[in-house]
Amino acid sequence: MEQKDLFKELGQIRSLMEKSSKFVSISGLSGVLIGCYALLGTLLGYYITTNTEALNNQFTGDLTLLNIFLILAIFILALSLLTGWLMARKKAKKSRQSIWNITSKSLLFAVSIPLLTGGLLVLILLAQGYYHLIAGMLLIFYGVALAAGSIYTFTEVRWLGILEISLGLLALCLPDHGLLLWGLGFGALHIIYGFIVYKKYES
Amino acid sequence: MKLDLSLYDKVFENRVRLQIMSVLAANEEYDFNSLKELLDVTDGNLASNLKTLEKEEYIVVEKSFVDRKPNTRYKRTTKGLKAFENHLIALENLIKQQYK
Repeated sequence: MEQKDLFKELGQIRSLMEKSSKFVSISGLSGVLIGCYALLGTLLGYYITTNTEALNNQFTGDLTLLNIFLILAIFILALSLLTGWLMARKKAKKSRQSIWNITSKSLLFAVSIPLLTGGLLVLILLAQGYYHLIAGMLLIFYGVALAAGSIYTFTEVRWLGILEISLGLLALCLPDHGLLLWGLGFGALHIIYGFIVYKKYES
Repeated sequence: MKLDLSLYDKVFENRVRLQIMSVLAANEEYDFNSLKELLDVTDGNLASNLKTLEKEEYIVVEKSFVDRKPNTRYKRTTKGLKAFENHLIALENLIKQQYK
């Protein structure tokens, strides 16, 4: 056997071991887009809070403001999930893989436990009126979910998770700056992460 | 210098068998259809190579039914993993040998 063939053979074994255990169809560009949605959402959130007085004349009380926030957050979440899914499907098709396979199932299962826990916790906090804890808690549990899922996808996801957790902890210390930290965590970090993944694996 | 080929495994001379073992070394278990999609081979080709690995006791087969559809999953054995690791060492040694 030629040396070139040996290198090629070892390289193929390596890539197959990776490909069979990691879901790599997540698109880096979708990370950038999702980050942009989040930034826009945060800006809109800022606009709403800074114009509370004006809004309060039209609506009644803080509860309505909270509802506006919730609707905005859920809308951005849905849009992000849709974007991520569509772009992953496109990327999977390109490499002739299906989007629903062993690795994507493992990934989803791994992230679902922290995400569901965090989601339920935030609903409880909402019901009990601990509004100042919500921004931090969501960031923390999102980060834990990313760290948990990272063994089934790009290693960069682990770092993204750790940074989200750190911002979440910071948000708990600085409850007044929750929105700013959301913008950093869900917006800026996603854009940077998406750009790195795009540069490293896609271009 | 004499080449030591004691670690080299003839079973893995077949590409598909080496690929199957790579997947099973990296994963706890893998099912037939996922293997087929990943390796992009025909049913017959995959089945016959899996059979060979099974005969060598490098892998074990677990058959079950999921939603009444047959689901066949494969796992590596300790013997299979050892053979795979040795084969990789043999390939690495071959490369080193050629550098000398």
